Amino acid sequence: MTGVAIVAKGLTRRFGGFTAVDAVTFDVRAGEVFGFLGANGAGKTTAIRILTGLLAPSSGAASVAGFDVYREREAIKRSIGYMSQRFSLYNDLTVRENIRLYGTIYGLSASVIRARTDNLLERLRLGESGSKRVGTLPLGWKQKLAFSVALLHQPRIVFLDEPTGGVDPVTRRQFWELIYGAAGQGTTVFVTTHYMDEAEYCDRLGIMVAGRLDALGTPHELKERFGAGSMDEVFLRLARSGAPAGAAA
Amino acid sequence: MKRSSAFLGLLQKEARHILRDRRTLAVIVLMPIIQVVLFGYAIRTDVEDIRLAIVDPEPDAATHALRTRLGASGLFRIVAVERSTDGLNALFASGAAQQAVVFERGFGDRLESARAARIQIITDAAEPNTGTAMQNYADALIRDHEGELREGTGPPPIAADVRMRFNPTRESSNLFVPGLIAFVITIISALMTAISLAREKETGTMEVLLVSPLRPVEIIAGKVAPYLLVGLATVVLVIIEARLIFGVPLRGSAVLLLAEGVLFTVTSLSLGILISARTPSQRVAMTAVLAGTMLPTVMLSGFIFPLESLPTPLRLISAVIPARWFVEIARGIMLKGVGLDHLWQESLVLVGMTGVLLMASMRSFRVRLD
Amino acid sequence: MSAPAVVAESVTRRFADVVALDDVSFDVRAGELFGFVGPDGGGKTTLFRILVTLLLADSGRASVLGLDVARDLWAIRRKVGYMPGRFSLYPDLSVEENLQFFASVFGTTVEAGMPTIAPIYDQLAPFATRRAGALSGGMKQKLALSCALVHHPEILFLDEPTTGVDAVSRREFWDLLADLRGRGLTIVVSTPYMDEAGRCDRVALIQRGRLLGVDEPAAVARSFSGAVLEVRSRERYRALLALRAFEHTDTVHLFGEWLHYTDRRAGNGIAADVVAHLRTNGIVADVTPIAPTIEDTFIQRMGAPEAA
Repeated sequence: MTGVAIVAKGLTRRFGGFTAVDAVTFDVRAGEVFGFLGANGAGKTTAIRILTGLLAPSSGAASVAGFDVYREREAIKRSIGYMSQRFSLYNDLTVRENIRLYGTIYGLSASVIRARTDNLLERLRLGESGSKRVGTLPLGWKQKLAFSVALLHQPRIVFLDEPTGGVDPVTRRQFWELIYGAAGQGTTVFVTTHYMDEAEYCDRLGIMVAGRLDALGTPHELKERFGAGSMDEVFLRLARSGAPAGAAA
Repeated sequence: MKRSSAFLGLLQKEARHILRDRRTLAVIVLMPIIQVVLFGYAIRTDVEDIRLAIVDPEPDAATHALRTRLGASGLFRIVAVERSTDGLNALFASGAAQQAVVFERGFGDRLESARAARIQIITDAAEPNTGTAMQNYADALIRDHEGELREGTGPPPIAADVRMRFNPTRESSNLFVPGLIAFVITIISALMTAISLAREKETGTMEVLLVSPLRPVEIIAGKVAPYLLVGLATVVLVIIEARLIFGVPLRGSAVLLLAEGVLFTVTSLSLGILISARTPSQRVAMTAVLAGTMLPTVMLSGFIFPLESLPTPLRLISAVIPARWFVEIARGIMLKGVGLDHLWQESLVLVGMTGVLLMASMRSFRVRLD
Repeated sequence: MSAPAVVAESVTRRFADVVALDDVSFDVRAGELFGFVGPDGGGKTTLFRILVTLLLADSGRASVLGLDVARDLWAIRRKVGYMPGRFSLYPDLSVEENLQFFASVFGTTVEAGMPTIAPIYDQLAPFATRRAGALSGGMKQKLALSCALVHHPEILFLDEPTTGVDAVSRREFWDLLADLRGRGLTIVVSTPYMDEAGRCDRVALIQRGRLLGVDEPAAVARSFSGAVLEVRSRERYRALLALRAFEHTDTVHLFGEWLHYTDRRAGNGIAADVVAHLRTNGIVADVTPIAPTIEDTFIQRMGAPEAA
């Protein structure tokens, strides 16, 4: 079971007559950094909601951390971490309060929370900022903190939804080094991004076009297959080939 | 020509917001209609088994006849029969009696010689609505009795003197409707305007409106006009409903009432704008409006608690609350049937307050973000 | 040479104890596509709000189309088109209703604005009756652009129009801007995406309220001081850590598929030296000099990221 973190076979989700996710098949290996790309409205968000146990699929099969997305959604939620650009931490709570809250939600004991908090702050070199409100931190720090907090309960898989939007180029790279660090420890990372250079940072990529997973492979393989010089070009060719995406999923 | 198209555009857009948000629209229209029913029935608490004390200094056949009638009505339970009024205070204070009927000395003799026999009805009006009901019951019963006695001729043989204890100036159970009108206007005008302006700030559309050639006064007018209509329509519904279900009268001029309603709506709208100018989000705007306008309207306008029963400091504060003046005006028009000749002072106060608030709200609406 | 469309002289603005804009000076030529490139919190939004008359500067002066932003508020507001950073449409109104509304605000009609917005609106037309809130990110941005253009503005201010929008929609959006610029409109735009800088005539790099440089994109890239080496290795992350520990390393960054490396030393033979260092760590790598990108320059000039 340690070899594969996520398995999806023919995964499908329909909303009325609209098929948001259409027979998607892929797997993500344990400890892999898996990039999940696609135009707005291509079905990424729906797929992530299914994989994080928020939404049941219409048909097909999938398991996350060994748990079934139909029957074991609560077990899935306990085994994963989640962070998005829109919502991650409470701005009006301090750094330590946010960490404690998150630890409590996942049922960690007070002593474990304390130990991991100290360790986390030290690793991020945020030691003196523990009592600052999160809202006063620069965006890049917030995102790095949110990522570390999503790992607090040591999940086997962490889902990152556009984690680096608007972050400066140096902090963005520091963020990716945190991702590599987590992957090195065996955590599987499932990440979406609109920065095409970040697509290159992933071990493997899946690209969604109009609800289907049209490409799957390492950045190198994909560029060769499409005869493209950059991921940007790969992405452009794939997306242009699909139907114009007018509606949000 | 150019400017009027901008204003029409604003109106049309605002109307679409209101009509598309069906749930909110339903709440603002249905809530007052349901409240009329709730308040109406809350006030008409069915009074049964009234604890009645009788004071009969010289019992005779005539007093016994009336006492029996009171006891047999099913409405009253006679808890005490006394010779003098000395014990009444204690009975009322302990709650043993809610009402007392006091016969005068020589009640029967006076009736027989066709002189007016006097009777006094004392009612505990600590709960004004219940008090009014009890008094009406007792009064009606005595009138019935009297009608049978005199058989349609001569001067009234029984003169009933009615007294309210604790809350002697209690007027009428119809008082709640004017208060409810003030409440409805406050909610729709102040709350909805504040929320809708704050929403534009939250979504960023206010930035675009500000960077357009629209003047602040146009933005505000376009924003408030539709709510003024919704507010007045609801007020009309409330008046009609109160009349149909509870027979609450509109004795004075409907036109005057609507005009005063428009005035009070503008007051509330100004308050809403003033509040939203200082609040960054819908959530804060809502809390501020609830605390700043709705609570005073409910507590200090005479809507629920009679002004006379308020402690002096609160009564003084109520003088600066626009709703208090509007409630007084609306009661005058609806219940007493008086016109501007009686209400010009209250109306002038309201006009003054509206002027000040309108100026303040225009000033608070900045042409820039800070 | 016609008069500049925008002039800013030493514009400074504080919020409480935070300096949002620090002595910012630049000018935008008429008919130019001018970009501000930098991360969130850099001061782009504050600067745009000052230029469109929504905020006042604490000190310094700025003019738009020759009009003073503090004094000639109403004259400017008739002539600019503005798209704020946030989604700034009415989500409960349909595409055409939003457009109608913004046309009416400026005392005009959608029909009168059609010549200007047609190239954009054609893409939106299939969704004319859809509520704006149900559009995809790329379509929302196109609708917002149409709304900002419907009254024939003389200059367009677009604050981060492509943030959160996918790469393809972003590219289409920039194609639209290039088309508008070709028709003579002056456009001032901001973006956090460095790769979009190349689509501008000139760019200003902005970080923490300060301009790090204003020039044509190619010139900005060329202005990098020193040489950039591209390190190509299958084991990118191990190579990164190995170079961090290398005594001669000045900077080393992830950069797309590979790493970008700068050395403390100058001269020849450095590439070979880096290859050798990596080999002693058991890493196979190709190292070649490359032309720096705008992002290299930005990283070099921005210095250390903001402390927490």
